[in-house]
Amino acid sequence: MQPTGRRNSQGIRIDPEAEVTHEPRQAVLSTLVKHKPGVLSEVSALFSRRQFNIESLTVGPTVDDDTARMTILIEEPEPGIDQAKKQLRKLVPVIEVTELDPTALRRELALIKVAGEKPDDVNAVAEMYDGQAVDASTDSVTVEITGSKQKIDAAVEAFKQFDVQEVVRTGAAALERGPDTLEKHD
Amino acid sequence: MSEHAKMPADEETTDEETAADSEQAPVTTGAQSVVRALENAGAEYIFGVQGGAIMPVYDALYDSAELNHVTMAHEQGASHAADAYGIVSGSPGVCFATSGPGATNLVTGIADANMDSDPMIALTGQVPTEFVGNDAFQETDTVGITQPVTKESYFAASPNTVGDDVGEAFALADAGRQGPTLVDLPKDVTQGEADREPDAPKTPDTYEVQEEADDEDVQEAAEALAAADRPVILSGGGVIKADASSALREFAMEYEIPVITTMPGIGSFPEDHELSLEWAGMHGTGYANMAISNTDCLLAIGTRFDDRLTGGVDSFAPDAEVIHIDIDPAEISKNIYADYPLIGDARKVLRQLFDAMPSVPDVDEWREQCQTWKDEYPMTYDTPDDEPLKPQYVVETFSDATPDDTIVCTGVGQHQMWASQFWEYTEPRTWVSSHGLGTMGYGVPAAIGAKLAAPDQEVVCFDGDGSFLMTVQGLSVAVREQLDITYVVLNNEAVGMVRQWQDGFYEGRRMASEYPWIPQFDKLAEAFGARGFRLEAQENVEETIKAAREYDGPSVIDAHIDPGENVFPMVPSGGDNGKFALQEDHLEEL
Repeated sequence: MQPTGRRNSQGIRIDPEAEVTHEPRQAVLSTLVKHKPGVLSEVSALFSRRQFNIESLTVGPTVDDDTARMTILIEEPEPGIDQAKKQLRKLVPVIEVTELDPTALRRELALIKVAGEKPDDVNAVAEMYDGQAVDASTDSVTVEITGSKQKIDAAVEAFKQFDVQEVVRTGAAALERGPDTLEKHD
Repeated sequence: MSEHAKMPADEETTDEETAADSEQAPVTTGAQSVVRALENAGAEYIFGVQGGAIMPVYDALYDSAELNHVTMAHEQGASHAADAYGIVSGSPGVCFATSGPGATNLVTGIADANMDSDPMIALTGQVPTEFVGNDAFQETDTVGITQPVTKESYFAASPNTVGDDVGEAFALADAGRQGPTLVDLPKDVTQGEADREPDAPKTPDTYEVQEEADDEDVQEAAEALAAADRPVILSGGGVIKADASSALREFAMEYEIPVITTMPGIGSFPEDHELSLEWAGMHGTGYANMAISNTDCLLAIGTRFDDRLTGGVDSFAPDAEVIHIDIDPAEISKNIYADYPLIGDARKVLRQLFDAMPSVPDVDEWREQCQTWKDEYPMTYDTPDDEPLKPQYVVETFSDATPDDTIVCTGVGQHQMWASQFWEYTEPRTWVSSHGLGTMGYGVPAAIGAKLAAPDQEVVCFDGDGSFLMTVQGLSVAVREQLDITYVVLNNEAVGMVRQWQDGFYEGRRMASEYPWIPQFDKLAEAFGARGFRLEAQENVEETIKAAREYDGPSVIDAHIDPGENVFPMVPSGGDNGKFALQEDHLEEL
C-alpha cells in the first residue's frame, strides 16, 4: 500500500494537477482591547514570536475609557491571516478582532520636513496632496498630509525634490464604511 | 479509574461554602486574600520555595488549614511538580516562588505546561511597586518574561483586588484549553491592608469557550467518516484533558475504527485493545505510522499536530480528509488543514459525532491491513546473553509487575521513548511526561507532584542519567515528604538521544554527549536518605524491581544499560511517517 497524495507547506492537501499556493495579501485587523498597561507589548510580542509580518500598528483610546482600538496591518498568505486573527483573539485582554473590508476607510498622517529654500513651491506641492504647511523656519518647512498609504507614498516621493530632512508617519487608522461597528462584548 | 472531578465552577458557589466562609477569619491583607482565593478555588497543594518578596504570602499561608505547602529544592522543580499535579488531578497545580531568580527558575516549568496545555498557576513575589522599574534587588520583569509562555500573566495592583486576580488566574488555567497562568505579587500589595473577601474564581469576561460544535458541521464530518475506506482516530492529549477517554472508547469500539494516540494522548485508549495501534510519530510504532500514512479519513481529536508527530507535513496523511476536533479554534488548520473543523470540548463533540454517525464504516479489510502491519513491524528487541542489560526489558518487566493504574513519569530522552514504547498504558492520566518543550530534568519533581495528586496509585519514574542529574536535588523532597516513588535511572553514561543523532546524522562525532564521569546513583540516593539499588544483569531485574517497590519510600534503581542501545523505529526529523528506520543501518536508506 502506498499513499498517492501530498500536502503543501501549509498542511493543505493538494491536487498534484492544480497546486494551490496563496499569495500574501494585506489585511487590516481592527481590534478592540482592554485599555490597560501591557496590552500593546502583549499584542506586538505575539506578532513577532509567531512570525506574522506586521506592516503597521496604531493604538488609541475609544469613546469607552476601558477599551482601546488597535489597527493592525499585516501582510500574509491566506492561512496566516486566519491564524493571526485567531491567535490575537486568544489573548485575554483582546475583546474583539475583525478584519476590515478592503473598501474600509483608511487614513494615515505624515509630517514631512523639507529644506526651506522654496516655500512657495513646497506649498504648491502640498496643495496637490490636500496638505498644508504647518511649520516654517528660515531653513525648513514642515508639511502635514493625510490620506491613504498610497497617497502618502506619492507625496513623500514628490517632496523629495525639496531635500527631505525628516518624515514621520502614523500608520493606518481604519473604520468600516456604513453603520457597522465593532460591538463591545458584555 | 474514574473521570476526575473538576474544580467547582464559578456559578456553583453553594450556601455551604458561604457558611464556611463566615467561619474563616476575615481577610485583612492582600496576602490573606491570595491564600483565601486559592482555598476558594479548591487548591490542595502548593509547591514552592521561600524568598524575600514572597514572604508575606508565606506568612499568610501559616494560618491556612486547607493548603499544604511542599517545600521544593529548586523553583524549576516546583513548577514541574505543579505541572504533574495538574496532569494527574485534572485541576491546576499551584507553585510559588520569590521575585528575580525564583521567578526565572520557574519559567522552564511554566513554558513546559504551556506547550502541553497542563493546568497550572504560578504566583511570584515581586519588589514593592514603588521600586518596580528601578532595577531593585531581585527585580525582574516577570510578567514580561512569562507573557509568551502563559495563557495570561497578571500584575497585581492592589491588596483589595489581588485575590480576584488569583481567582481569575486559577479559573483561566482550568478553562477551555488548559494551560499555565501567573500572578506577580508586589510586596506592598501582599503586605497592604485589605477589607474585602476575594470574588469567587471566575474566568475573565473576554474569555469565550465554545463547548459544542455546530450540528451541521458534525453531520458532514460523520458522513465523511462513515463513508471512509481507511479511517483512523488520532487521539491527542486534549482527549485526556477533556476527560473524554470513555467517550473515545465508546466511539471507537462502536464504530470499530483503529485508534492511534499522540504521545500526550497515551492512556486515552487502552494499548492492549485490538483496535489500538499505540502511538505515532518520530519514535512511534511502525504500524501507527503506516496507518497514518495510508488513511483516507483522519479523525484527529485534541492534538496540535506537532512536528514530532507529523514529520514533514507534505507527506503527513497525504490521502486523508481531516476531521479535527479541538477546543482551541487557533489549532484548526494551523499545521494541518482541517477539511472538517469541529470546535468544542472533546467529550461533548465526540458524543455529538457518535449520535450523528449514519452507519458503521465498512472497514474489515482496512483493519486486517492494520493487523498485517502489526505483524510486519512488531515492537521487539533482542536480549542476547553476551550483551549488557537492555532498557526495553527493564521497562517491560516493570510494566508487567504493576497494576494498570500505575503512574509513569519520565525525564526527556531515550529513556522517555522506551518508557512510552514498552510500558503498556491502559488508563488516562497515568502517563506524565514533558512532550512539547522536551525538558530534561522533568521526571524527578514531576513524580513528586504526581504522587501527591494520586497517593493511592503506584508511581514510577523512568529517567536517564543526564536528565536525572539536572533535578536530582528533588530527591531530598521525596525523602522528606516520605513519598513512595520508584525512580529507575536507565543509565547509559551519555545524553543518549543526542549521541544517537550524532551517530546517525553527524558521522559519529560525539561532542559533549558522553558522561564518563557519572556518579553512582544508588549511593547518591542513599546519601539523600532514599533507598538505592544498582542493577547490571538481566537476571536481577525482577528481584530488584520487587525490592524497590516493596521499600516504603523513595528508591532509586541505577540500571546500567547497554550503552549501544538506541531508540527505534525512527522517522528522521521532517521525514515521511511511512518511511521509518527499524535499526541503525536503515537510517542511511531514508
